[in-house]
Amino acid sequence: MKTPIYMDNHATTPLDPRVLDVMLPYLKEKFGNAASRNHSFGWEADEAVDTARKAVAGLLGASAKEIIFTSGATESNNLALFGAAEYYREKGSHIITCKTEHKAVLDPARWLEQKGFTVTYLDVNPQGEISLDQLADSITDKTVMISLMAANNEIGTLHPVEEIGRLAAERGVLFHCDATQGVAHMDLDVKKMNIDLLSLSAHKIYGPKGVGALYINRAKKPRVRLTPIIHGGGHENGMRSGTLNVSAIAGFGKAAELIRREQPAETARLLALRERLHQGITSQLDFVYLNGHPTRRHPGNLNISFAYVEGESLLMGIKEIAVSSGSACTSASLEPSYVLRALGVGDDLAHSSIRFGLGRFNTEEEVDYTIGRVVETVNRLREMSPLYEMAQDGIDVSKVQWGPGH
Amino acid sequence: MAYSEKVLDHYNSPRNVGALDKKDDNVGTGMVGAPECGDVMKLQIQVEDGKIVDAKFKTFGCGSAIASSSLATEWVKGKTLDEALQIRNMDIVEELSLPPVKIHCSVLAEDAIKSAINDYKQKQQAK
Repeated sequence: MKTPIYMDNHATTPLDPRVLDVMLPYLKEKFGNAASRNHSFGWEADEAVDTARKAVAGLLGASAKEIIFTSGATESNNLALFGAAEYYREKGSHIITCKTEHKAVLDPARWLEQKGFTVTYLDVNPQGEISLDQLADSITDKTVMISLMAANNEIGTLHPVEEIGRLAAERGVLFHCDATQGVAHMDLDVKKMNIDLLSLSAHKIYGPKGVGALYINRAKKPRVRLTPIIHGGGHENGMRSGTLNVSAIAGFGKAAELIRREQPAETARLLALRERLHQGITSQLDFVYLNGHPTRRHPGNLNISFAYVEGESLLMGIKEIAVSSGSACTSASLEPSYVLRALGVGDDLAHSSIRFGLGRFNTEEEVDYTIGRVVETVNRLREMSPLYEMAQDGIDVSKVQWGPGH
Repeated sequence: MAYSEKVLDHYNSPRNVGALDKKDDNVGTGMVGAPECGDVMKLQIQVEDGKIVDAKFKTFGCGSAIASSSLATEWVKGKTLDEALQIRNMDIVEELSLPPVKIHCSVLAEDAIKSAINDYKQKQQAK
C-alpha cells in the first residue's frame, strides 16, 4: 500500500489509465479541429467526438444528438439555468431548487434573482431529503424549472429523481438534474425519469478535468430549448460555441463507457468498503455522528462528525490520507458547511465533520489503514480537547454559556 | 494551505497538555472561544510568589489554534503575571508564521492568558 491515500473522490477522481490511453493520440498526431470539414485531420477528430457523444448518451439512455459538450458541470449548470430562464422568460420567472444544491446551481440561481426571477429554495430534513409535497406545493403557473441534484456532493444524500421527474412532467415544468456526483452509481434513464436537462462532469467519473456535458431532451413535445450563453461559431448546434476539446471529450466518452460497463459491480464494492469504514470507526469511537441519510446515499460517501474534535486538526493528524472537512477552517469563507447547516447540524458538529469519498481505486487495505489512523488521531485530539473533558465530567457542552467567539 | 514547521512541531508534540486543579487558589483558569466558532481554548496557570511556575492547556481547534495555545503555555512559564500580560497575539503570529486567516487563533491565545490571570487575581481578592 502506498501513501498518500486518495479518499476525496467527490472533489475529483484520478484519471483511469484506460481513459488516458484513449486521449493521448488526440494530444499528439490526431490534433485536428473537429470542426474542420475538409481534411482527414478534422474528420478523425470529429469521429472521436462522435464516438464519445454516443458513449455519454448511452450512459444516460439518451440519443447522441441530445448531448452538448461543455467545459464541465459548472458550465452545464449555468447553461441549463440561464439558458432556460432566458428562453422561457415569456412563460414565467420562477425556479425551484434546494438549499443543499451545489454552488454551481445556487450561485446562478442567486444571479437570476438579481435579474428579477423568483427562486424557491426547498428545505431538507435532517437526512438531507426534500419533501415531495413541499416541491409540489411550490410549483406555480410561473414556474419554469425545477433544478435538483442526483446525489449531494457533501453528504451523499440521493434525491428521488424519478418522483421529481414525474411531478415535473405532470405539471409541465422543466426538470434539470445535476448528476455530477450520482451518475456513476445509478441506473440513469433520462427518458424514464422525465429528465429534461442533465449536467455531467468527466473528472468525477475518472475522466479528465475541463470537460462536461449537458443533456437536452429533444424527444419532448414541444422540444426543450435554451438560449446559449457562449456565442462564436455555432458549435454544438449553436448551443455552445468554441473549438471542442477533442482529447478530453474522447476521454470523457471512454470514462462513460467504463462506468456503464462496470457500474453494478463497482457500486456494490464501494458500498461494502463504505460500510467497513463506517463500522470500523464507530465500533472503536463514541460520539461519532453520521451526516446525511443512512441508506439513501452515494455508495462512496461517508460524512461523519467526530464530536469534540475540530475537523482541520483531524485532517492535519491524518495528513497522509486525503479527505475533506466541513470545518470553516478548511475553506476560505470561514463559514462552516452550508449543506450541514441546512440539515440542522449545529456549527460545532459541522466544524467536526469529515467527508470520506471512496472511489474506484480505493482498496480494503486502505480503508483498514484509514480506520486505524482516524481512531488513533481522534483519541489523541480528544485527550487535548477541553470539550471532551467537559463531556467526560458530565457537562452538556451545548448548554454552556460561551463567550463571544470569532 | 501549508503549515509552518513550528506549527507542525507544536501540533505533533504539544507542550503542556493537561489540566491543573481549578479549585486550587493558586491556579487561574481561562476558557475562551466557542464550539460553534470551531475554537475553544482552556489555559491554566499555577502561580507561586507572583510567578507562573506551571501552565497547562487543552484546545479544541485547528492545528494553528493548538500550536498557539501550546506556545502560550511555554511562554508564560517562569514569567511574572505582569510580564505574561505583555504577551501580544502578534508575537505568536510572528513566532509561528501564522497566515492572515489564522490570526484569530493567536488572538484567542492572548485572550486565554489574560482570562487565566484574571481568574487567578479574582481568586486572590476573594480570599
